[in-house]
Amino acid sequence: MKTRILLLLFGLFALLAAPAQAALDAKLVAQLSAEDSDEKIAAIWALADSEDASEATRVLQSLADGSLKDPKGEDITINNRIRGELAAALASLRLFDADRAARLAAVKELQASADAKLFGVLVKALAQESDAEIKRLLSLVHAQVSLQSEDAKQRLVAVQALAAGNSPHTKSLLLGLLAKNGSAWAEPDAEVRRAATAALKQVESRLGTAENIGRVFSGLSLGSILLLAALGLAITYGVMGVINMAHGEFLMIGAYATFAVQGLFRSYAPGLLDAYVLAAIPVAFLVTALVGMALERLVIRHLYGRPLETLLATWGISLMLIQAARTLFGAQNVEVANPSWMSGGVELFGTMLPWNRIAIVAFSVGVLALMWAVLNLTRLGLFVRAVTQNRPMAGCVGVPTGRVDTLAFGIGAGIAGLGGVALSQIGNVGPDMGQGYIVDSFMVVVLGGVGQLAGAVWAALGLGVVTKFLEGWTGAVIAKIVVLVFIIVFIQKRPQGLFALKGRVVD
Amino acid sequence: MKRRIFVKTMAASVALAAMSMSSFSALAADTIKVGILHSLSGTMAISETALKETALMTIAEINAKGGVMGKKLEPVVVDPASNWPLFAEKARQLLTQDKVAVVFGCWTSVSRKSVNPVFKELNGLLFYPVQYEGEELEKNVFYTGAAPNQQAIPAVEYLMSKDGGSAKRWVLLGTDYVYPRTTNKILRAFLKSKGVADADIMEDYTPFGHSDYQTIIAKIKKFAGEGKKTAVVSTINGDSNVPFYKELGNAGLKATDVPVVAFSVGEEELRGVDTKPLVGHLAAWNYFQSIKNPENDAFIKMYRDWAKKQKLPKADTVVTNDPMEATYIGIHMWKQAVEKAKSTDVDKVIAAMGGQTFKAPSGFTIKMDEKNHHLHRAVFIGEVKADGQFNVVWKTKGPVKAQPWSPFIAGNDKKKDEPEGK
Amino acid sequence: MRTPFIVRLYRALGPKGALALAVFALLTLVLVPVLHLAVPPDNPLHVSTYVITLAGKIMCYAIVAVAMDLIWGYAGILSLGHGVFFALGGYAFGMYLMRQIGRDGSYQSDLPDFMVFLDWKELPWYWTGSDSFLWVVILVLTVPALLAFLFGFFAFRSRIKGVYFSIITQAMTFAAMLFFFRNETGFGGNNGFTDFKRILGYSITSPEMRVTLFALSALMLMLTLALGRYLVTSRFGRVLASIRDAESRVMFLGYNPLWYKLAIWTLSALLCAVAGALYVPQVGIINPGEMSPANSIEIAIWVAVGGRATLIGAVIGAVIVNLAKSFFTVAFPEYWLFFLGFLFIAVTLWLPDGVVGLWRRLRREKK
Repeated sequence: MKTRILLLLFGLFALLAAPAQAALDAKLVAQLSAEDSDEKIAAIWALADSEDASEATRVLQSLADGSLKDPKGEDITINNRIRGELAAALASLRLFDADRAARLAAVKELQASADAKLFGVLVKALAQESDAEIKRLLSLVHAQVSLQSEDAKQRLVAVQALAAGNSPHTKSLLLGLLAKNGSAWAEPDAEVRRAATAALKQVESRLGTAENIGRVFSGLSLGSILLLAALGLAITYGVMGVINMAHGEFLMIGAYATFAVQGLFRSYAPGLLDAYVLAAIPVAFLVTALVGMALERLVIRHLYGRPLETLLATWGISLMLIQAARTLFGAQNVEVANPSWMSGGVELFGTMLPWNRIAIVAFSVGVLALMWAVLNLTRLGLFVRAVTQNRPMAGCVGVPTGRVDTLAFGIGAGIAGLGGVALSQIGNVGPDMGQGYIVDSFMVVVLGGVGQLAGAVWAALGLGVVTKFLEGWTGAVIAKIVVLVFIIVFIQKRPQGLFALKGRVVD
Repeated sequence: MKRRIFVKTMAASVALAAMSMSSFSALAADTIKVGILHSLSGTMAISETALKETALMTIAEINAKGGVMGKKLEPVVVDPASNWPLFAEKARQLLTQDKVAVVFGCWTSVSRKSVNPVFKELNGLLFYPVQYEGEELEKNVFYTGAAPNQQAIPAVEYLMSKDGGSAKRWVLLGTDYVYPRTTNKILRAFLKSKGVADADIMEDYTPFGHSDYQTIIAKIKKFAGEGKKTAVVSTINGDSNVPFYKELGNAGLKATDVPVVAFSVGEEELRGVDTKPLVGHLAAWNYFQSIKNPENDAFIKMYRDWAKKQKLPKADTVVTNDPMEATYIGIHMWKQAVEKAKSTDVDKVIAAMGGQTFKAPSGFTIKMDEKNHHLHRAVFIGEVKADGQFNVVWKTKGPVKAQPWSPFIAGNDKKKDEPEGK
Repeated sequence: MRTPFIVRLYRALGPKGALALAVFALLTLVLVPVLHLAVPPDNPLHVSTYVITLAGKIMCYAIVAVAMDLIWGYAGILSLGHGVFFALGGYAFGMYLMRQIGRDGSYQSDLPDFMVFLDWKELPWYWTGSDSFLWVVILVLTVPALLAFLFGFFAFRSRIKGVYFSIITQAMTFAAMLFFFRNETGFGGNNGFTDFKRILGYSITSPEMRVTLFALSALMLMLTLALGRYLVTSRFGRVLASIRDAESRVMFLGYNPLWYKLAIWTLSALLCAVAGALYVPQVGIINPGEMSPANSIEIAIWVAVGGRATLIGAVIGAVIVNLAKSFFTVAFPEYWLFFLGFLFIAVTLWLPDGVVGLWRRLRREKK
């Protein structure tokens, strides 16, 4: 009975699968569901060799996506090794795709995974290829594969070609040639070894440059995150002399607003999902600005002239906001996904710069410009600057200081909300997320000097780059401690910070 | 005037002390009190809240089937608020004020270390449900999570195998605290015994809550670019995992190039993560929600129903994970031991625990070791799938006996495989 | 002729204050020990170990609160880093406790377990002498005070005050926490010190030792209160208060605020350190979490709740907040933060003088 059902299922499966896979060897397709990985891999490569390339691509792609079923109707599971082989096999098929982008992606994939069995395919692809960029990469891959050639001459040519490469993989291939197996060299030919040493030098110097570029970039990226986190604080502290301990929670509110917008897009406009971050920017700004203004009206307003009490009250607010987030969204972190255009990265001088970080650097420049414009070009900005410099005098000439305070606090909070949007793209979104940034934001504001945009910018970027270079050298923990101690010492020397408003005030 | 306040406060504090003195708990004859000691607030609430729910669910399940020796179990829940001294205080409260027969609780090693002296002093009984570093064996504690040889070593063996990618170079990456340190120490010794040179091992630690992994990823990339297949063993703690994996994905390191195997990332942790960049990375546990068998189906269904009934946040997407299963096993085994000993007396229960077996949701019949207070558990390696679940790619043939004293740490060969004073 | 110190102290306390202290002394030094040691556990009058350790812990917190009140309430310096002095005192005494474990640890080594763990072969230099009780007491009394002195000297000399000072003290405790979290620092990393066995050879879990530690904490609290009262009613205290209210004017009058502030700041750190040293053996663990900025801010809230610039207010605040914490974390764990946060806001908005201020206001209205 059981076998009959099974047979029936088999038949059904064959019937369903038959029209689509007519051109492929059914036995090979069945072999894809083998228990043994070696058999699976053999089947993959055999399929990649079959006549009907587009059909083979489809089957292999569905295997890679995990949507291919075995004869029993269950998903065929694959592991990393098979995934790697699949990617290589698919890439070898796509080398002949009509679309240039697909070919480029394929050859990039093969840079990491090509081996001797692709030699023929590569030669064929090289002969057909017309695009210069792809051709260059193809010849590099070809050279990689030819390193395994029996012929010393071919190996020499390959090594010389590899000198133009700039990937860590090239370096490890060259290193492999220069390794010693006991007393015998991995590469028997002395001339090839000499060429390999020279090529290695070139590749390494390129990699070294790439590393430094990467380090500066990561410093800038950390700096821009610190800046986004601290800008709002710089305004509220500058204008009102209020140290707002709930500032980190404004970041959190901004991040949760992003999460909420993402949720709305998922349910109502899945087609536009990639644009959710753009929509989240104004939403996060408005939500946090409103929360900020409400807090200013309800609590902070009543504590003017008592900065230490304000500090405690805002700490209390921060605790309540954290718990509120926990009650509303759960103690768990929530998932905020990078939109596809922010995933991955761009290769520049041999180093990979992630899109999300590039976007955040650009975003922080934008926010900074906007803030500069608001402060310097609008009437509100004029009032804000007036109140910062001399509150009683501003009041005397008719600036509505109370309303300016509320609006300034709202803007400061809103900018923190924008920071939250940025943070949601690189880290956790959870109730406690703001706590991690509060000490850092203070350091930026204190180091930069109060009420100064330029100060905050220099302090944030400086701290970012210094931290990153120290980290490479001492490790993350010591780097952080050194930076904190540096700031403490610096404040002793220059209590006004890097940039300070000159004033003559005595209490 | 001020002094009068002083006198009054004194009077009030005397009254308060008197109150707490007289509030000794009446031992109800028809229930057995069971303590639950998990943080419900503070930083550890993220992980521990689910264990509290699991414990309550299991107790409700046992009560529905008639309780233990005809008595109902009465859970006493306290919140040590992720504060380590408070753990010790609450443990003492459970044992002396509430007079519980057993306590299920703790997550971090430091919380366990904080309560150990209390359990020893008052001869209490603690079930600890989380994978940990070993190097400890207390008479008053049963460890239902994995020891390093039940998690870390099989994972590394898998990565060394052909299917795991035949890794030759190793990055041991962790948060700077005792569990990663010990695990990495054991792994380093293990790797050396397999002929891996020191130059092929990179060990690095980040502080708690570290969120900027750019430097580390750059280091890994460089290290992986120096020939030979590289794998990363991650003991990065909870919150730092999201930034780590996001950075990893965006830096173009795919699981097929540099696989990462993690020991602290499970289903619950992945709930708050965009899993797309993680697909193919690995985790090693003694249980995965995706394991298919009737016990597990029942366990998952029970928890889902419980979550709905208790109206937990996001009850429709709750998941089960390894420490939850360990809690579930622990409570059931304790029940069996009490029934065997016909008493909740701690010493009798400890004696009866050895050799207990239980058909666990992981699909194996799990046994409590006769001597060393740890479970014999099977090890599974899972690859992260896009939906946040794991795809089991490898498992041990059967349950593995725990080695709390790792043979890869010098001096441990002389250790007895059972607690002192037993 | 100078009046003897004890007389001046009595004057500072006033007859009722002295009476209250005497009652408290009788209660904590005689009554509770007797009720714990001599009364059998099943007697309703028995004071349980749980109550003793809880009360001991809260008294240590109360000492810290008074120390905080001295600098914040009377000198106007809000420190958000007092946890670091408390923890350093705890760590210093913890070193001794670790050495007293001797070979009873799980590795049966002369070194503390966590060092064996890290493959260390000998004690690092800063552990020298940590097996001597006397030396460790000296450490408790000097190391945190020295750190406070140096930090305070440079900060006060540069005339950093107000919010700026608060922020850099927060940075200090944060840096210290990160430093102690490191395993290579040699203080046990995240796990800190636990599993203590003995003090001076006596078991730490014996009822006698518990009562002794409890009584010592009570004694220290009384000493702190008496000393604090004496200081704030003295000329020194009045100068401090005027520095708090108008530092520049005090300077123009010819005082150098630096030394006044430095003296009270260092004393405050010292008191915290002693409280920390008493706290660690009673709760059985010290870990870098004690240095987290949140803990230090909580100290400020104890003082604010009780009432700034009233010493007894600090004690009341510490007791109220901690009892509330013990209660809330059992009864409504999820509302504890709401309550604590609300307390912060309510006290600063409506009760600027705390519970004590409220009490006074009510009494005034009654009259």
